Formats: sequence, structure tokens, C-alpha cells
Amino acid sequence: MQREEIVAMDESNNTPSDQQITGNGGHLLEVSDLHVEFRTSGGVVKAVNGVNYILDEGETLAILGESGSGKSVGVEAVMGIVESPPGFVTAGSVKFRGTELRGMEEDQLCKIRGHNIAMIFQEAQATLDPGFTVGHQISEMLRLHRGLSKEEATKKSVELMDRVQIPFAVERANDYPHQFSGGMCQRVMIAMALALDPDVLIADEPTTALDVTIQAQVMQLLSELQTETGMGIILITHDMSVIADVADRVVVMYAGRVVETGSIHQIFDQPAHPYTVGLMNCVPRLDRKEDNLNIIPGSPPNPINLPAGCAFHPRCSLARERCLSETPVSAEVGPYHQSACHFFEEVLVGH
Amino acid sequence: MTIFIIRRILQAAVVTLITLSVVFVVGRVVGDPVRIVIGIEAEETRVQEVRDQLGLNDPLTVQYWRFMTGALRGEMGTSFWTRTPTMPMVLERLPATIYLGVVTALLAFPLAILLGATAALKPHSWADRLINVTALGGVSIVEFWLALMLILVVAVQLGWFKTSGYGGVEYVVLPALTLAYKPIGRISQMARSAIIDELRKPYIKAARAKGLSEKQVVFTHALKNAAIPIITTTGDEVATILNGAMVVETVFGWPGVGLLTINALSRRDLPLVEATVFVVTGMIIMTNMLLDVAYTYLNPRIRFQ
Amino acid sequence: MNNTGSQDFGESVEGRPSKISWLRYLRGLFSDTTTAFAIIFLMLIFISTVAAEVVAPYDPIKTNLRMRNMPPLTPAVEDGSFPHVLGTDPLGRDILSRLIYGARVSLLVGLSSALVSGTLGTILGLLAGYYRGIVDDLIMRLVDFQMGFPFLLLALLVLLALGPGFWSVIFVLAIVRWMVYARQARGMTLAYRETPFIDAARVLGCSDARIIFRHLLPNMASPLLILGTLEVAGLILGEAALSFLGFGLQPPSASWGLMISGGRQYLSSAWWLATIPGFAIFFTALSLNMLASSLRSITDPLHRERWLMKGSD
Repeated sequence: MQREEIVAMDESNNTPSDQQITGNGGHLLEVSDLHVEFRTSGGVVKAVNGVNYILDEGETLAILGESGSGKSVGVEAVMGIVESPPGFVTAGSVKFRGTELRGMEEDQLCKIRGHNIAMIFQEAQATLDPGFTVGHQISEMLRLHRGLSKEEATKKSVELMDRVQIPFAVERANDYPHQFSGGMCQRVMIAMALALDPDVLIADEPTTALDVTIQAQVMQLLSELQTETGMGIILITHDMSVIADVADRVVVMYAGRVVETGSIHQIFDQPAHPYTVGLMNCVPRLDRKEDNLNIIPGSPPNPINLPAGCAFHPRCSLARERCLSETPVSAEVGPYHQSACHFFEEVLVGH
Repeated sequence: MTIFIIRRILQAAVVTLITLSVVFVVGRVVGDPVRIVIGIEAEETRVQEVRDQLGLNDPLTVQYWRFMTGALRGEMGTSFWTRTPTMPMVLERLPATIYLGVVTALLAFPLAILLGATAALKPHSWADRLINVTALGGVSIVEFWLALMLILVVAVQLGWFKTSGYGGVEYVVLPALTLAYKPIGRISQMARSAIIDELRKPYIKAARAKGLSEKQVVFTHALKNAAIPIITTTGDEVATILNGAMVVETVFGWPGVGLLTINALSRRDLPLVEATVFVVTGMIIMTNMLLDVAYTYLNPRIRFQ
Repeated sequence: MNNTGSQDFGESVEGRPSKISWLRYLRGLFSDTTTAFAIIFLMLIFISTVAAEVVAPYDPIKTNLRMRNMPPLTPAVEDGSFPHVLGTDPLGRDILSRLIYGARVSLLVGLSSALVSGTLGTILGLLAGYYRGIVDDLIMRLVDFQMGFPFLLLALLVLLALGPGFWSVIFVLAIVRWMVYARQARGMTLAYRETPFIDAARVLGCSDARIIFRHLLPNMASPLLILGTLEVAGLILGEAALSFLGFGLQPPSASWGLMISGGRQYLSSAWWLATIPGFAIFFTALSLNMLASSLRSITDPLHRERWLMKGSD
């Protein structure tokens, strides 16, 4: 019943925003009961509906889900960069080393963003500013947060580019993003994110736009850097095969809710939610001979009008009367393994 | 880069040719130049005299050739009014107009960008609405009326500046302010929408994630990229300023090309009118080429091709 | 967002948005206070223009030498009422009445030249976009040239050849502004040309004329109307400038522009002569501009969200 503990802690422990951020007050990052909605003329899009997770130092947490499951919006809310309007974080708490980030003054938050919690994105080429050299964009971090002079920052930027294995770093620092390949752009993003040795690195689908060999290189680079620095990584992906080698724990999201959490082994070996099972079956496997891939039938629900009860029931083969009316709560499957399915026991047996 | 420059020069040459042709057609084909010059009621002998003087008895093609080759040599004929070559008359007035134009641009540009970026910082806020109404005011106001009101209030009542004439700060501020209002309105609206467009792009999200404040995001990252569309439309504002210059120079008695144009038109001095149009076109082309240089400088994708 | 986009497309393909959605637009427009003011102001101007004989308190050309140069709100000696709310001019004519009749001239010039230039520009833009090739090149070169050239100078040149007068002014204003419609019409034609519904019409054997008039024009109407609204404002200003420089309308016509330039020489002795008609032009043009900008954001799928939400509150 870990989740209840978190909620209880959240209520009792309302720390003021000016508390020492480096003070060790619990987990590295702790997200509880997070709600995000988008208010549009078509209706209110409930993108994130009560998400909980914890990240500790040196750990890699994978957040898994289809597009539209609220996984990206969730981490944008953690960073405090949800576009508002139309987006609003309506409830929940985000604690960094015990300090509540929600409701913190914007200029305080700016000091944490990039400095303590850094983020890299899908499609690195589009997330680099086309109007500035990559060297300038990396130095900007150092000048902003560390107050380094232009020369010092440039020197450090070149070192960082070396560290993420960009060849000819000295010359390439003066190049613009459009002169780099997608994989190299992602390395630049990583160099930028790591410039200040962040405690948390959020990687939002960092390899989706890259081809397979480059994907492996980038993931390899990330784990090497993690070993060096001991940072916690949140890895967002829709691709099971990406997380297999790197993740310690996994959060599976569907329609803005967490449907299952567990260690990587628990999720792979004993998935306890029909949706997780479905995702597993989407991965092509060499050790099984199958004629065609099993794809989850149907499509993700309309977030303006989520189905009553369990949001997954229209696509679920196990769905029955209860699933249509009653929203399942997370239940303990094993140690640190939870599933939000009324019939998780059947899922375990069936698998 | 070299190819780009050559292409721009060729384009400029084409525009000059078109302008000269339009001037020729309007002056000699659409209307009867003699009637333009001496009026409808003139006697027949006088008409013939002027016709010979202008070479109007030659075939149109000969006239066109003479006109174009003369223009390319910088000879646009002799003024009916002063009986002196027209080009030196116009060029003599050019510095005054450039002076006024530069002061106007220095007033208009930074202010317009500042207003546009401030409005984009918080769309639909009261500041944005205020800036929007101010900007719409710029395109809704009659320039010579604004000039008269400024003279009435600032020069006559408050006595801060001179009502008319040519000279330093006390003379240039009012005409420049009058001229600047329209471009401020248009450029600030353009800047606002260009910046808002930029703010929707993924790199802005990344800039926010770096820990930049919203002001830094808007004024460095969004503005630098928005500068490209802003510059492309600023070219049209050069024409707006020159448009206004004719009116404003007339109201303030500013001895520039605009006032000369209006005087030439009132006196039906066709060669002088043609010379002013030629010079005005030249100014527009030169400014647009300068803007193109700025454009390539700001857009690394073009610069490195 | 995606949803809204495809909905919009559905509307435009049919070309006949339902009545309900127009009511929604109208409610959206009126829900914005400044836009509502602009619409009401324009309606007032329009009514007084049409019914000038009824609305105007005096005959605009009747002189009264005993009542010369009266400032606005001068009380009458006899009973303390205000016979001339906005004052009188050097010939003792009532400014308010002259303003009302002047609106007729200014609006007529603005509307008719917008109509002529709009028709001309739309046709040329359509042809350029639809047939491409050399037609397109020629028209667009001319458009580019005119966009970068001071339109007042061009207008003055043509007026020099034509001579001043009411019809000359309308003609000249029309030929110096046609290119803004041409540019817009061409852009939209190019965009629609490639869409499946035009392809379908072509496959079904529709003639070019039918495609242009039945399919392209109806879809381009609203952006062109918005542009037209904007242009009316600009053309009223243009007429004023031409008249001020002495090349436009000639007295005894009484457009607002002529009223301002007439008041110029009395600026220090009778300030209201130039000031009042200037405000009339300013508020009319401002209202037109605000209306156009609101219409633009309400028909733009990206901005529409906010307006319609407000309308449904």
C-alpha cells in the first residue's frame, strides 16, 4: 500500500518552497496524484488523471504507453512547462528531494529546471533552436545557471560535446543544428542536458526519430553517463524493446492513468494488466514463431470522453460487467508490483 | 551566396525596368503629356511647340528607347519649371528624405519589436489588447491629420518642437513621429504573430526546459527566429514610409524628395515627376537589398548554402 | 486541435456553413466588448449616411454669416440650447451636418473602390493561380512591383494623366490596390487546386468556369470579404490623402478628407475644423480594422477556439 503512504505524506508534509533543495528529504523525485487537463472548445481533455511514481538516485524508470496516454504531458507537468492555456495542472504534487515544486515561484523553478532536472526530447533536430549555433546553445546553460563568462562557457561546451562523442567538437561547436544529423542533434541535446550535472534526466522518447543502430548508440551513451554521474533517469517510450536493457522499474500508462508498475523483471515475466500483456505481444520476438504480430485491437480512447469504469475495457478481452462501471484501484501484486485491474490474478495465470 | 546576390541584382534591374516602363506608359500613353503639361485649354501652336520640345512627334518606340537609355545614363530630361536638368534637383533633395527616413526607422523598429514581443509574452492579456488597439490606430489614422494634431498640441500649445522647417532634433521629431506610427502598428502586429508562431515550435519547449525565464525565451530564442518573417514584410513598410513622406513633408515643409514630387505634380512638370519616381524606386530597391542582407545574416540556413 | 481542423475543412468543402454556426460566430463577435463597439459604431455611421436628409440637423451647404467659426457646444444667446453641437465653419455651416453628408462621400469612395479593386484583383488572382504558367508570372511580377511601390505616388501619377474628380479617384484607388486581393486569391486557388474535391470535380467533367465559380469562389469568399473590410478603411484614408494633396476630390464636394484639409489654415484659430473630421475618419477606420481583425481570428481555426468558447459562456 505504498501509494496511500505517499498521499498521506503529501498532506502532512507541505514544505515551503524556499527550503534547501539539496537537503535530503526522501526520494529524488516523487510524483503523486498528478492531474493535468487541457481546456479546449471541444471539451476538457483529461490528459493525466492521478499519476504516481518515485525515482531514486542512479535508477532508471521507464514510463511506457501509447501516444496519447499522457506520458509526455505528465513529465512536462513535472518540469512545469505545460503550455498554459490550454493546459492546466489541476491537482497533485511533485517533490524534488522532498521539496514541493508545484506552486513554487516561477523564478525559483527556473533555477531547478535545467540545473537539477534536465530534459531531452524526441526529434532533437526540431528541439534545437535553428537560429543559434549548437555551441551557443550549450553555453547558454552554463552562462545562465553558473554565470560563466562567454569564453569559459564555450570551452566547457566543447568538453561536453567531446564527452557525448561528437567528433571534431571544437569546429562543430560553431555549426548550426541543420548541419547535424538527427543522432548528432540528440547528442547535442544530451550534452546540453548534462552541462550542469543534473540529478534527474527526463528523456522523452529520445530515440524514436532515429534509426536502429543510432538508437542503440544513444541509449548506450545514456547508461554510461548515468554510471558516471549517478543521476536518475526517467525514460519515456512506447517501445518495449528500448527499455529491456536499461530500465530498472517500469510504469505503464493508459489514458492518463498508471495501470501497472513494477520492476523490469516483474513487468516482463509476470505482467499483471491486460494492457501490459498486449504491449508485450506487440514486440516481435526471435524465440517464438508467430505468423503475425499480436496488436491490441481498437484504438486509444477519446480523452475528452473517457469510457466509464476501467478506461481499457472496450479493448480488453477479459472485460466484464464490473469493468464497465467500477474504476479499478491499484492493487498489490507482489513487492513493489501493482496493477490497476480488477482481475489481475486471472491475467497472471493466463500469462 | 554569390549566386544569391547576383539573382537579387538581376531582380532589382527588372523592377527598375518595370517602374520606368510604368512611368513612361502613364506619362505618355494613358494621358496626353502636352495636355498634362500645359492644360486642356492651350492653343494649338503652343501645343505643337511643346510637342517638338518633348520629342513627342517621334514614334512611341523611339520615344521609349530614348527615355529608357536616358534614364540608364541618369538623364531624365529638363524641368519645365526651373529649366535645369531634373536629376541633380532630385538628388539634392535626397539627403533630407533619407535623414527623415532613418530617424523614422530608428524610432519605429525597436519600438514596434518591443511592443510586439510584449504582446506575444502574454496573448490576450490587457497589455496585449492595449498594444493591439494602439497598433490598429496606426493603420487607421490619416497621416496629415496626425501631423496637424501634433503641430497643434505639441508645437503650438506646448511649444516643444518647431511647426515646420528643416534642421536638427526640434525639427525632425514631429515629422518622424508622424511617419513612424503606421509602420509601428503594422510591424508590431507582424512581430506579435510571428513570435506566437515561433512559441508553438518544439525548440521553445526545450528552451523552457533549460530553465530560461519566459522573457528570455521570448526575447532571445523566439525573437531571433521571428526576425526572419518580420524582415521579409518590412520591405513593404519602406513603401509605406515613402508614401507618408510625400504627405508629411508637405505638411511640415520638409525639403525632401516627397515635397519636390508634390510640387512637381502640382506644376505638371512631367520630366521632374519622372525623375522623382525614378529616384524613389531606386531608394526602395536599395533598402530592400539591405534588408535582404540582414535576412541572410539572420537565417543560417541560407547563409551556409 | 486536429478535430477542429478537419471540421473546418468539412465546412469549407460544402461551402455552405450551417445557419447555427453563423449565429455562433455573431455571438462570438458581440461577446468581445471592443468588437461590439466597433460594429455598433459602424452601424450608426451607415444609418446616418443612408438617411442623411433625416438625421442631419441643418442643410450642409447653407451658410450663415452670423454664426461663423462657432466652437463646438457654443450655447445660443437666446435660450442656452446648443444649436451647433460640433460648431460651425468659417462660412457658418453646421459641422455635424457636413460631417454626416461627408460620410456619404467618403464611404461611397471607400466602398466602391474596394468593390472595383476586389473584383479586378480576385479575377486576376484566380486566373494566375488556376492557369499558372506565363499568366501567373506576369500577374505576380506586377503584384510584387506594386506591393513594394508607394501606392500614393502611383495614384498621383495616374491622376495626373486622368485629371481630378470623383470617378477618377475611385478608378485610381481601385487600380493601385487590386494586388492585395490578387495575392490572396492566388494563394487560396493554389491551395485548393490540389485538394481532392477539385480533382473530383475535374474528373466528373466540370468545366473550368464551373470549377471556378461553383467550387473555388464560394470557398474564398470569407477571407476576401475580411480583406475587403480592411481595404475600405485604407481606401478612406487614401482618398483623404489624395484630396489633401489637391489631386483628389475638389470642393464643393465635402469628403472628410477635404474637411480636414479645409481646416488646416484655421488650425490655430478654429482647431475643431480639422480635428473633428479627423476623429470621424479615425474611429471609422479603427472600427473597420477591429472588425476585420476579429473576423479574421474567428474564422481562423487556430484562434477560433478562444472566441467560440467565450461565445458559449
